[in-house]
Amino acid sequence: MPVLGRRVLTFFLALIPLVFIVYKTLTSQLGADPAKTIVLFTGEWTIYFLFITLAVTPLRRLVNFKNLHFRWLQIHRRMLGLFTLFYAILHVLAFLVFILGLDFSRFGKELVERPYILVTIPAVILLIVLGITSTKAMMRRLGKNWLRLHKSIYLIAILAWVHVLMQVRSSYFEAVLFGVILLALLLPRLYWTVRK
Amino acid sequence: MLIKKPSDIPSSEITPEPIYNARRDFMRGAMSVAALGVSASAIDVFAAPTQVVDKDLPGPDWLKKQIAGANANQEKISEALTPYEHVTGHNNFYEYGYDKTDPAAKAHILKPHPWTVEIAGEVNMPGTFGLEDLLKGVTLEERIYRLRCVEAWSMVVPWVGFSLADLIKRVEPNSKAKYVAFTTLERPSEMPEQKSRFSTIDWPYREGLRMDEAMHPLTTLAVGLYGKVLPNQNGAPLRLVVPWKYGFKYIKSIVKIEFTEKQPKTTWSMIAPDEYGFYANVNPQVSHPRWSQAEERRLPSGLLRPNIIPTQLFNGYAEQVAHLYKDMDLRKFY
Repeated sequence: MPVLGRRVLTFFLALIPLVFIVYKTLTSQLGADPAKTIVLFTGEWTIYFLFITLAVTPLRRLVNFKNLHFRWLQIHRRMLGLFTLFYAILHVLAFLVFILGLDFSRFGKELVERPYILVTIPAVILLIVLGITSTKAMMRRLGKNWLRLHKSIYLIAILAWVHVLMQVRSSYFEAVLFGVILLALLLPRLYWTVRK
Repeated sequence: MLIKKPSDIPSSEITPEPIYNARRDFMRGAMSVAALGVSASAIDVFAAPTQVVDKDLPGPDWLKKQIAGANANQEKISEALTPYEHVTGHNNFYEYGYDKTDPAAKAHILKPHPWTVEIAGEVNMPGTFGLEDLLKGVTLEERIYRLRCVEAWSMVVPWVGFSLADLIKRVEPNSKAKYVAFTTLERPSEMPEQKSRFSTIDWPYREGLRMDEAMHPLTTLAVGLYGKVLPNQNGAPLRLVVPWKYGFKYIKSIVKIEFTEKQPKTTWSMIAPDEYGFYANVNPQVSHPRWSQAEERRLPSGLLRPNIIPTQLFNGYAEQVAHLYKDMDLRKFY
């Protein structure tokens, strides 16, 4: 498939979760607590896209056979990263509008009382910075520093996981699952760094 | 014991469910007409969903008959009832999963009939009783109470049940009985999460009350809601309702009631003693370590207009229950 076709396909596939939740909202299928449902849904998809984005490099380097390889994925990494940012912003907006009711006087109180929200602030700021600097022009302008800056995605991923872990109440299943996936995505990189 | 009643709201002021629903249905119809236009509907589609599902739930005929004959209770509140579909579709019942929709989706596996409850401990009449024995001669009441979850959401639920005190008097606890301990069914074949390796819960689920709390007339054993048999996801066939405490005290699908001298262990305080206490009285001034308890989202909560209301001390039942905790530091005994 030509690259442009793949790009268009990736774009529309990545919008499916959004279409799904908008449909559920418009047809009143979100249950008794729609605010929480939307916040959870967009948060989960932020993490899924983060994982998909982080999987591109290990897949490319580790699965590299004649007929089975992922070199073609590399070209889509930017769009996947931008969709991570997209769902993260939806997640934050959903929290501000639907949970806080745009009452910012409660925002400070929420941050103090819910430290799991506090840890996401640096992650979201960094993610926005990465989004802004994701263009080719920015890559040229930042030169070597571009890669350094964009390695902060690892920190973002760890903060996102801490955000999930801090909310565990009665089951560690999701936190453990996310932790294992994150470890699997980060360990090869650690290995390559150490070996160098 | 003299219990003061809050200023009564005449029952004429409470909208009966059919009228409430009819009104909502009318509004919904009006909205979908408006939806053909554009701007008017933009906000309405974000309003909380309102459909009420009217189901005939499986259950023995004698129980259905007894529930249908329930009297209206004395306590009335002016707040709107939470629609049936939300009361039965938004549940914490971790035996079936951790999402609010899991219990409604999975609890149909449970077979709540026949059912027996073991009465044990410091009591003159221990034994194992069938549900029909426990309910024999009991006059059921419809009791409309606020339900405040520790997670800061709340509902208003029309339970059908009777005072736990009625049962306690019949089984005659002795002078050593200082506490009442409750246990939920443990049946992994019908409660799938009891097989999970990732759960922090040490099954079966356990709860407890101090004797005076258990004897309080507000403390209810519920067998139904909305005039119907209690659905499985709401704790069929027998669950506790303690309206001035957080919802996790409302233990579901009870199989054992034990009278003890020492304060029993309770599930959530075993998992996180710094977050969930034995008493778990609703108190807006005592925050949960991870969130404030000062406010609550009354469900259903709309999207663009989150239904956030202040939480009341003892969930609004302070007049009836505050005396139970007269000399206690509620920050220490949370």
